[in-house]
Amino acid sequence: MNWRRALVAALFAAPVIGLFAWGMTRDPKYIPSPLPGREGPTFALEVFAPGVPPIARPAGDTISLAAFRGQIVVVNFWASWCLACRDEHADLSATALRYAGQPVQFVGVLYMDQIEPALRWITEMGGQTYPSVNDPRSRAAIDYGLYGVPETFILDAQGRVAHKQTGPISAGLLTHLVDSLLVAAGASDTAASAPTAGTVSP
Amino acid sequence: MMGPLGHGALLVALVVAACGMLLIPIATRRKRRDWQLIGYAAVHTNFLLLTVAMIAMVTALVTHDFSVSYVAQVGSRATPLLYTIISLWGALEGSILLWGWVLALYVSAVLWINQDREGDLVPYAMTVLLGVMLFFVILLVGPANPFGTVFPVPLDGPGPNPLLQNHWLMAVHPPLLYMGYVGMAVPFAFAMGAMLAGEVAQDGWMRLVRRWMLVSWGFLAAAIIAGMWWSYEVLGWGGYWAWDPVENASFMPWLTATAYLHSAMVQERRGMLRLWNVNLVVGTFVLTILGTFLTRSGIISSVHAFTTGAIGYYFLSFIAIVLVMALVMVAGNSEKLRTVGTLDSALSRETAFLGNNLLFTAFTFTVLVGTLYPLVSEAIQGVKVSVGEPFFNRMSLPIMVLLLFLMGVGPALPWRSAPPGVVRDKLLPPIVGGVLLAAVAFLLGSRGGWALVTFLFVGYSATITFREFYIGSAARHRAHGEGWATALLRLVGANPRRYGGYVAHLGIFIVAIGIAASGGSRLEREATLAPGDSLTLGDVTVALRGVWGRQEPQRYVIGATLELRSASGAVIDTLAPRMNFYPSSDQPVPTPDVNSTVFRDVYANLQTFREDGSTATVKLIREPLVSWIWMGGGVLVLGALISLLAGPRRREPEAA
Repeated sequence: MNWRRALVAALFAAPVIGLFAWGMTRDPKYIPSPLPGREGPTFALEVFAPGVPPIARPAGDTISLAAFRGQIVVVNFWASWCLACRDEHADLSATALRYAGQPVQFVGVLYMDQIEPALRWITEMGGQTYPSVNDPRSRAAIDYGLYGVPETFILDAQGRVAHKQTGPISAGLLTHLVDSLLVAAGASDTAASAPTAGTVSP
Repeated sequence: MMGPLGHGALLVALVVAACGMLLIPIATRRKRRDWQLIGYAAVHTNFLLLTVAMIAMVTALVTHDFSVSYVAQVGSRATPLLYTIISLWGALEGSILLWGWVLALYVSAVLWINQDREGDLVPYAMTVLLGVMLFFVILLVGPANPFGTVFPVPLDGPGPNPLLQNHWLMAVHPPLLYMGYVGMAVPFAFAMGAMLAGEVAQDGWMRLVRRWMLVSWGFLAAAIIAGMWWSYEVLGWGGYWAWDPVENASFMPWLTATAYLHSAMVQERRGMLRLWNVNLVVGTFVLTILGTFLTRSGIISSVHAFTTGAIGYYFLSFIAIVLVMALVMVAGNSEKLRTVGTLDSALSRETAFLGNNLLFTAFTFTVLVGTLYPLVSEAIQGVKVSVGEPFFNRMSLPIMVLLLFLMGVGPALPWRSAPPGVVRDKLLPPIVGGVLLAAVAFLLGSRGGWALVTFLFVGYSATITFREFYIGSAARHRAHGEGWATALLRLVGANPRRYGGYVAHLGIFIVAIGIAASGGSRLEREATLAPGDSLTLGDVTVALRGVWGRQEPQRYVIGATLELRSASGAVIDTLAPRMNFYPSSDQPVPTPDVNSTVFRDVYANLQTFREDGSTATVKLIREPLVSWIWMGGGVLVLGALISLLAGPRRREPEAA
């Protein structure tokens, strides 16, 4: 055995192992997006599914994101052909209703789909509480760098993307994120009543 | 019941493997044969214990014993029996169990065959193998324990991953892959054992290694081809290779193993490339562990990746140990691995083998770089950049066609140095064969530079290979008056290593023709059809007869019935591409249907459908010669089998 050579050779293993060890700390499924922390692209799109009172908007109305400045906005991209959208639908619908009367807006954006199957899908799923808009030329989807559906973006009161969710979102996560933003908005704006602050975890 | 039994067997196996691993080298050092035999008994006991664990798991799966965590994870009462059994390798824990069992089988078999061999090689090789074994048993009692208990016991389970219960090839591809992959541990153990025993300077261990390498290589080749076939039949995109990290993980050790099978001949004949060969053997095993790490740790995103937990760190530690030990041993022994012979001539078979090895190494390196690139680029630049098919294709096509060319040059050249006129007599005439094949391919509609170059070189090298068979048989025909068939069979039987190798080459030629033809002349169309509508693609037409749905025990199936007609209007076949909806999956699993003949495949996949059955969107692909890839794979494996007929070569005159 030539131990000097052996030692030198063994050193070659270090960078390889180091690279893998570092790689283990990364999530390979994570799709980087430049959006979080930046201002969310605005859109003005036509409502096709009104939702239910008190958070309904009549069909044909135009929802403009810019008009929601000062409120927290949950933008959910979905499609009737998307199976994972079925999983999150009930959670989204229920959570949207919970925040009725607070400065929180939910908007569904239809992605690569047609109105007729989309409406049928909503009926089939037992209704959708919040309004959905159509994005016929996928402009909003392209602006948001959509990778697939469902994807959910949560915008803070300043219109910045606070969170991007790839894949279905749960009621728990949604509530946590929105509550945190409400508290943050309340801290900067003392007028806010912060009614749900009790459930916030640090 | 099965849970405690399996878990208990694995716990005992842990102790047994650890004791054997410690006892055997101590016994060998102290020259205590009796202790050594106890250590050997531990090897066989270990295999028995893992077999008990395997039987316990299969029994638990078949009897739907949902108190066993793995069964609760992948089992379901509605899953058909075949898929229930093969769900053994449908998720992480079960696949590690299969892995461990196959390894135990190999270790036992290696010991059984070689235990009377003189010297310290076998005991040290056993020590290394038991070390690898120990790692997998640790996984099985720790982070990948399939025998965890579930309480309260669920009434039913979700069933296996839908992609894995959709095609019978799933019963074939993974076991073949494990046989190939796990088997690479044996050559590694012999190489490490030879270095530990101080026998590395002798060539005896190389002969042992070659046979075991050939076994694993054959299994791995069969597994890769079966995996391609599965991907073609199941995934619905009409392709068979996508340079997915896990495909690459199985391909890289195959490349280095192939390089070794060639360079080993140079060492046997000329005493050259010894250090290089040890590197290839060790590198092949490291690549199998690396591949497993990549697929089982979740470090790289891939369709094959299982969900993972702490197991990644276990693999990381293992790969670190293996890598450091291998580097230390090989570098420390490098002075003993001096080359004896020298290259006599640039125009000789060893030069061709040298070129072959350079190309295979470059190929492996290319694939490795492409596979790890996302990780490296994120580490260095902070940006994740994937390299996709274009990179791999552009880099590998020149290497592949050059290899095809060398497959002709090598067999045409003699060892040491070629007599004058060899280029004129042996290397130039077969060009006619190459040009002929390329011309035929061109006339049949093949375009594209790489495809035609492939045909050219395949034609060239195949001509030389056939000539080798012809010359040998003709000599026997003349000398012994044997009939041509008898002469051919006896020729192969008299030198199975050589002619088995040529048969494997023929398999590669067939695969290459299949890939070049199907990739270069692929027609594809997608259309939304109403019942009665038809879609024409080249010389075939399909007409939609109807869209139907059917509830099956474990899934809901939507299918389209398509009538396949030839250009003359005759009905050839009825195709029924389907989409299978499994309750455990949010995505339907496509199930394309293929009409396959020797000359072309018609591949139909159902893309979407209207729920009222009024339309179906169908993708139709017509590809020539796809089935040649699968047939070529069969020929390749046949070549490996023929080569294995040769016993360990003893220097005695060959019987005629």
